[in-house]
Amino acid sequence: MGDIRSYTMNFGPQHPAAHGVLRLVLEMEGETIRRADPHVGLLHRATEKLAESKPFNQSIGYMDRLDYVSMMCNEHGYVLAIEKLLGITPPRRAQYIRVMFDEVTRILNHLMWLGAHGLDVGAMTAFLYCFREREDLMDCYEAVSGTRMHATYYRPGGVYRDLPDRMPQYEPSRFRSEKDLKILNGARQGSLLDFLEDFCERFPGCVDEYETLLTENRIWKQRLVGIGVVSPERAQELGFTGPMLRGSGVEWDLRRKQPYEVYDELEFDIPLGTNGDCYDRYLVRVEEMRQSTRIIKQCIDWLRKNPGPVMVDDHKVAPPSREEMKDDMESLIHHFKLFTEGYCVPEGEAYAAVEAPKGEFGVYLISDGANKPYRLKVRAPGFAHLAAMDEMARGHMLADVVALIGTQDIVFGEIDR
Amino acid sequence: MADAQHQLAERLKHAFPDQLADCRETLGEVTIEVSPEHLLDLMQALRDQDGFAFSQCTDVCGVDYAAYGEGEWITEQASSAGFSRGVQGNSFARRGLTGIYGVDEITSNTGRRFAVVYHLLSLRHNMRLRVKCFCTDDNFPVVPSMIELWAGVNWFEREAFDLFGIVFEGHPDLRRILTDYGFVGHPFRKDFPLIGNVEVRYDEARRRVVYQPVSIEPRVLVPRVIRHDNRYADRAAQKESNDG
Repeated sequence: MGDIRSYTMNFGPQHPAAHGVLRLVLEMEGETIRRADPHVGLLHRATEKLAESKPFNQSIGYMDRLDYVSMMCNEHGYVLAIEKLLGITPPRRAQYIRVMFDEVTRILNHLMWLGAHGLDVGAMTAFLYCFREREDLMDCYEAVSGTRMHATYYRPGGVYRDLPDRMPQYEPSRFRSEKDLKILNGARQGSLLDFLEDFCERFPGCVDEYETLLTENRIWKQRLVGIGVVSPERAQELGFTGPMLRGSGVEWDLRRKQPYEVYDELEFDIPLGTNGDCYDRYLVRVEEMRQSTRIIKQCIDWLRKNPGPVMVDDHKVAPPSREEMKDDMESLIHHFKLFTEGYCVPEGEAYAAVEAPKGEFGVYLISDGANKPYRLKVRAPGFAHLAAMDEMARGHMLADVVALIGTQDIVFGEIDR
Repeated sequence: MADAQHQLAERLKHAFPDQLADCRETLGEVTIEVSPEHLLDLMQALRDQDGFAFSQCTDVCGVDYAAYGEGEWITEQASSAGFSRGVQGNSFARRGLTGIYGVDEITSNTGRRFAVVYHLLSLRHNMRLRVKCFCTDDNFPVVPSMIELWAGVNWFEREAFDLFGIVFEGHPDLRRILTDYGFVGHPFRKDFPLIGNVEVRYDEARRRVVYQPVSIEPRVLVPRVIRHDNRYADRAAQKESNDG
């Protein structure tokens, strides 16, 4: 054995497996990692400071841009904190819509994660399959909010508007035959709920497809089994949440333990890992997609049966309708005040957490009674996970770092904020 | 739930009568306040005692209270000035926006400017606790590091150091984390301007990236307004009775 010199290697920030702008400084001994030092902050936009300079509602859009693959869950955390301070509860229908879209978002996020993780580790095909289904869910976002990603759909007091009766359609073009168009638009003839129901019918089959590609795949298992093992105790100390914690076998899910909105009325299971390695976390997330489908189905059933308002009837917080505004003086004043000044949130502090796809997404809000937050702190799950990169990577090979980045489901929008 | 919070608050008062500077229940959450010298012992007890077992430190957050409760808009009486007083004035609450190059540096030392707020979570008992710790010296805020208790606070403390300049004594690797390499100042302090102090551009002549003073003007579209809303009056009264 010749002498192996230790050396320092730079990984990223421009690297396809860095999931954005991660710069890792790796101290190597041969191909073994002795120390990993992630340099983050390349995407820092000071979201929290920007929020301090704007009325509450104007920052909802910034939340989408934190974890930009689980947009609505971030909004959810933020509006929950505001609602807590204001002491308002959205109507039941709005709560169901929120839960439904939280789960749509969870599937969106996990599909992105599965595709990217597969791609990093060398499974190209899964990526293409995942993005096929992702497209459908993006269309749901578009139908309900008008945009495919940055929805700004949740508002303090409810959601922006009720579910639409029709879905966006594919349009004819030179590259699509009449026949293809018909197939593509086949499921889009009814309302959003019809489309989602159809999606829920076929999605478990799609998950089976991904699993056929990966779960028993020899290369996939060789790359993931026994990599980045974290014990349940250590996972808690490191501040892990979400699938990272459940992968280590700790039964902890905010949807079940500290239910918000209507999660306590819905049936779903919480998948747990046993070994705490990358493979278990993969299994947990795949199962979560199936469970999310289950929740979405229950929400669809409820939403079909129970029409109603989707926004609180308090015009101090929620704007009056356009129609009212035109012929009612008081509504006009409310409208004017809301859009020029916003609403003042009573003095106090609140911490609201949601189970985002990546883990606990918490928003800590301090208000001094003004129309802008005094301090907004976003507790991003990925931040705590990436902090443990050093510990998880030690002693592993260079190629495993890529698997670790994948398994941590890192998105820099939320880590750098 | 509210019952459990109340029980937790009572148990905390009972277990740490001398350490707690304050203990209150608001909006279904329990907040305790401690001074930096008691912080480490208290946190250790909160983590290790069976009745508390806060095995996770979910979040560490720095807060700068320098401009707390300062509005930019007079709401109680009429004034002759129009919208301009909201968007052009150089009020205290606007410090961060006008105080370019630290002109408006806050120098008073109240001992209540910088706070570190910890959010603890007990998985065993399914409860949360907020621990607030004010740094005694405003000009050199120091608190002990919790890294020996929860390894996960590592980056959160680095973040609070970076953004607020709060020093965590005992942290093995207190480097900046979110700001640029070689960044000057602590951007989330209230006397740091929102537009920043420097901007970056590529200099054609020198063929490299250069830093220069910011060229944009600070701008406010919506002034900061504090209104004392009667609808929340009963909650304010409750708060006062808590204080009293």
